[in-house]
Amino acid sequence: MIDFAFLSDTMLKLLAALPTTLSLFFASLSLGLLLSLGVVAMRVSRWPFLSYPARFYIMLFRGTPLLIQMFLIYYGLGQFSAIRSSFMWEILRSPYGCAVVALAMCTAGYTAEIIRGGLLSVPPGQIEAGLAVGMSRWTLLYRVIGPVTLRQALPSYSTEAVLMVKSTAIASLVTVWDVTGIAQQIIQRTYRTMEVFLCAALIYLVLNFLIVRFMSWVEYQLSPHLRERPVQRVATPAAETPPSL
Amino acid sequence: MDLLQLLSFGEHGWGAALLKAAGMTVLLTLSALVVGALVGSAVAAAKLSRRRIFRYIGDVYSILFRGIPELLVIYLFYFGGATVMGAIHHWFGGEGFVDTPPFLVGALAVGLISASYQAEVYRGAYLAVAKGELEAALAIGMTWGMRIRRVLIPQVWRYALPGLGNVWQMTLKDSALISVIGLVELMRASQVAAGSSRQYFTFYIVGGACYLILTGLSGRLFNIAETRVQRTQRRNPNA
Repeated sequence: MIDFAFLSDTMLKLLAALPTTLSLFFASLSLGLLLSLGVVAMRVSRWPFLSYPARFYIMLFRGTPLLIQMFLIYYGLGQFSAIRSSFMWEILRSPYGCAVVALAMCTAGYTAEIIRGGLLSVPPGQIEAGLAVGMSRWTLLYRVIGPVTLRQALPSYSTEAVLMVKSTAIASLVTVWDVTGIAQQIIQRTYRTMEVFLCAALIYLVLNFLIVRFMSWVEYQLSPHLRERPVQRVATPAAETPPSL
Repeated sequence: MDLLQLLSFGEHGWGAALLKAAGMTVLLTLSALVVGALVGSAVAAAKLSRRRIFRYIGDVYSILFRGIPELLVIYLFYFGGATVMGAIHHWFGGEGFVDTPPFLVGALAVGLISASYQAEVYRGAYLAVAKGELEAALAIGMTWGMRIRRVLIPQVWRYALPGLGNVWQMTLKDSALISVIGLVELMRASQVAAGSSRQYFTFYIVGGACYLILTGLSGRLFNIAETRVQRTQRRNPNA
């Protein structure tokens, strides 16, 4: 009943596409994180001419489907000769480049909101205390605001990372041959939907599992203050022996 | 052709097609949300169950539908559905290829994905209902059905509304993926319009703007609904 030869063959073909999926993921996640730092810095600014563009950016990328953003970048931008002759064309002419740009810009919108949520959770008293002991703005950011924000934002960011893994599948629609793209190709050739689906799903599930595990490990490392203190094992022989009355 | 002519409702414009497609997107999202509400509440009930086996089933459902790319799930339902439909068709003596209805497949696939997120929303809302109220209902002799109908659902509904707003937005955006199986909703219509007029940039911008209007409007509606629902809630005097 179960065709192991077909399954292993499919698995090998899909695993060959795994590097593409992984590089899409890491490239867009890191670029998106960088971009989101800029966006969130503008978003929390007191100047409206900085915060409104950032608000607009976030609304734009969170309010539209990633698919249409990717198609706009892939099909739409190539229409203009100004872009085709600019330096950006080096990136935008390849499907892979477009996919990374679209994924990064989209995740930047979501990540900016996650970071902003973390920033808002920093107790004002801690900032005041930092200022009171004479910290400079950078020291304050580096020593107080940054660490607290990071800790607060990490759980949501791990969700965002999982969503990103799933979003990389959309790149297959602009002809990037990632795991989903190859899976779809095999399904269309063989019409053995279930087997191919199981293999591809397994790859994504393992990937997401690893990400969630890694993120919760980082979270654990960052929150030693929330753990129970190690029990002091100083010898108290009286307590060791049960009271015998 | 200029922009106004392209978007006009006349013979050469795409206005009517896009508007109809936007309606299709809303319809698809609504159907998916209903499918998601039915399956999602069942999954939430399984997760809250006292039986370990049900809790496992609920957890496995969440892991599967929240960990696998939406696109793969859609492919599974579309191609898998075609295989199953074909088999049934041949069983009854039919011949040839049977088309799977894209709307049904789309609503089911996006609905089941939405269910995995809705389950968490319902679970959280159930846990937020004060236990004493259910005990009080039991104490004054309400039947199981009455307790659910009169005490549980009105409150779960209230606590779930903000979360449901998020799920709705997500489902709306996921519905764009149904364009890959050929259902003419907003994304597909933009694609067709862009392809045949060669105005890719314009039509993807217009399509994106339509989505923005839909998410903006529905966000506003959910806000209104939330304030309405919160009216009877006692306000925190310190807030």
